Amino acid sequence: MNQPQNQLPEFQKSAPLWRDERVLRIAGQVLFLILLAAAIVGLIDNMLDNMRRQGLQPDFTFFRLTSGFDIGEHLIPYDRTSTFARAFLVGLLNTLLVSGLGILIATLLGVFFGVCRLSTNFLVRQVARGYIEFLRNIPLLVLLIFLYVGVFIQLPRLREALVLPGPTLLSNRGVAIPGLVAGPTFQTYRLVLVGALLLAAGVWIGLTWQARRSGRAPLTLVWSLLAFLAAAAAGWIWLPSPPLILEPPAVQGLRVVGGVTLSPEFMALLTGLSIYTSAFIADVVRAGIQSVSRGQVEAAKSLGLPAGLILRLIVFPQALRVIVPPLTSQYLNLTKNSSLAVAIGFPELFHVSGTILNQSGRTVEVIILSMGTYLSISLITSALMNWYNQRVRLVER
Amino acid sequence: MAGELVTRQQALPPPGENASLIGWARKNLFSSWFNTLQTLLALGLLALLLRPALVWLFEQAEWRVIQDNFRLLMTGQYPIDQLWRVWLCLHLLAAILGLTWGVWVRGWWYIGGAILLILAVLAALARDPAVRLHLLILVGSALFGVGLGWVGGRRLLGRTLTGAWVLYFPLVLLIIRGISGGEGEFRLVPSNFWGGLLLTFLLTVVGIVVSFPLGILLALGRRSQLPAIRWVSTAYIELIRGVPLITILFMASTMVPLFLPSGVTIDRVLRAMVGITLFSAAYLAENVRGGLQAIPHGQYEAAQALGLSGFHTMTLIILPQALRIVIPVLVGQFISLFKDTSLVTTIGLLDLLGIGRSILANPQYISYQHEVLVFITFIYWSFSFLMSLLSQRLETALGVGQR
Repeated sequence: MNQPQNQLPEFQKSAPLWRDERVLRIAGQVLFLILLAAAIVGLIDNMLDNMRRQGLQPDFTFFRLTSGFDIGEHLIPYDRTSTFARAFLVGLLNTLLVSGLGILIATLLGVFFGVCRLSTNFLVRQVARGYIEFLRNIPLLVLLIFLYVGVFIQLPRLREALVLPGPTLLSNRGVAIPGLVAGPTFQTYRLVLVGALLLAAGVWIGLTWQARRSGRAPLTLVWSLLAFLAAAAAGWIWLPSPPLILEPPAVQGLRVVGGVTLSPEFMALLTGLSIYTSAFIADVVRAGIQSVSRGQVEAAKSLGLPAGLILRLIVFPQALRVIVPPLTSQYLNLTKNSSLAVAIGFPELFHVSGTILNQSGRTVEVIILSMGTYLSISLITSALMNWYNQRVRLVER
Repeated sequence: MAGELVTRQQALPPPGENASLIGWARKNLFSSWFNTLQTLLALGLLALLLRPALVWLFEQAEWRVIQDNFRLLMTGQYPIDQLWRVWLCLHLLAAILGLTWGVWVRGWWYIGGAILLILAVLAALARDPAVRLHLLILVGSALFGVGLGWVGGRRLLGRTLTGAWVLYFPLVLLIIRGISGGEGEFRLVPSNFWGGLLLTFLLTVVGIVVSFPLGILLALGRRSQLPAIRWVSTAYIELIRGVPLITILFMASTMVPLFLPSGVTIDRVLRAMVGITLFSAAYLAENVRGGLQAIPHGQYEAAQALGLSGFHTMTLIILPQALRIVIPVLVGQFISLFKDTSLVTTIGLLDLLGIGRSILANPQYISYQHEVLVFITFIYWSFSFLMSLLSQRLETALGVGQR
């Protein structure tokens, strides 16, 4: 003990640079980033090298070239003289269409089966359980192929088409449902719709203003929706002939005339995606409902509320907070899973990308673009759902 | 005082409700008019769907197509004289599963018994003597495993069992692939000969085994205090989770060859494995992160107070607890990985679904779509369902949520 106790030992005064933890951390991260960058640069260098050997250079301008292939189903005008970019857009719109409809149907079915899973009726409970357990444990691709190969293209030929009420025609050419066709007064009716929209916006603003003044929350959304519908209905009655006419499909020779024909590929994809995802949504809904404490239901019962109102007013609003985050990921799964349509030939984004790739030989560019598109859809959807989730959370007490 | 204790019995339910079938039915099926309506609707639906399904299953379907192509569906084009290697893997699996059952599960004997009984019946029905022998060995090794596990117990065999599971998967790969060169009994079988259910399993196994450590690293990276590592991990996870598996598989099959220096080639199955592993790692990372977040901060502080290094804190304190919490989720992830391997069909590999489709492309079997697809669905379903049952059991055995 020659050294006085209160003096600090030499090493604590200033650690050398190579033993200072702060410096080490930064150095480690820099090293990590450098290694990562080196790896990526190496891979890309290899890729460019290989592409050069095949006489290619990364270049996105080919999207302006003529595609030269047909797409069976398109929401916007398209033919084989259109550009690759337009073909890509057609695919994207088809993906959005099938995902949107799929999400709608899957949610309805999922909520239905989720509630059935908790029914007091033994049989209903077991049927729902069988539905969920069956669908959750099979691959979606097998389901899609089964629906396409085993169901939709094995429907009877058009001449012997099954006719369901509607009228809906089921045949191996697809499902024909009645469609809406613009009548002679449709131009005028569009103006009416614009007016109705303005009215609804007015009601919305007025109610919001009033709410801020009086401090009471009126049903803003409901009232503006009602205003819109009332104006639209009034316009419909006021016009001499209905602006939109329901046109039933009819068989004429070898094809269907009138209505909207949904192809077997589309139907198989939509059905498969909807029922597959509905099983997962059903489980999400069940878990959400079970997370609402029993006391809430008992309290509602003791207030004399009927079962339907208990579900709607007490259970669902509280369950929603638990349901929304996993529901978002199910919606995203459905959207991403729509890419499996490539196996049954529905021209959605991934399928069209594959065709573009085959036609143009531009592997890297097409893959980057299609992955980027899926990524953007995912990020936008989850951003929207996060926003909604926060609104639901505001209710929390 | 004693009298009070005696009267504190639980009141018995009224006899009608539980004792008789009619009482049960009245309570569960016909308690009100609405309930009765539900029962009738459900019955009607069942009759409408089940009757034609059963009639088709037992009367109309012609299962010959499955019989004729059974070997293809199971192992694809794996050389016939090397099939014993596949059987060897199954025997080892039966032994390890039996051991697990004896050590950890120790219940649900009726399910285990049913599986063994089915195997025994299949052995009795088998026409090929080699198949019969192998099925009997399968039953024998499973029973041996159960017996050993039952006698050895958790304390003696718990660690060994974990080790056996960890070793099993690389061993299977080695047995199936063989050693390079030569024409002998243990020759190399290139991966383009792997097919059917065998390929499905191998893809799943490789996906699980390789993506597991990768997923843990990514999860730790995402929670790291070093921003560079955190950002890179997060970006990777979000990027992979934002795109469909099919695009990743497609990228792996078309772009991986471009990334490699010229002259280096890897085969298609390996490319698919790379794609599946990269995909699965991102999802696993999110699951593991869930477990890591559930560990209270006190655990870290306690470990620090004991003077453990960061590495030891993770491997000895945090990860064992975090992984235990997420075991059910991980099993769910593995089930979906098993189902997702069917997507390799779209890049031209002949897994169970791919082989099924190629059988259907044969003009001889072109009208048997229903039989082949129902059979494939049944196989996928039964394995996934068994795994989910096991995970529930594991959950209770490990006491998840009770510690």
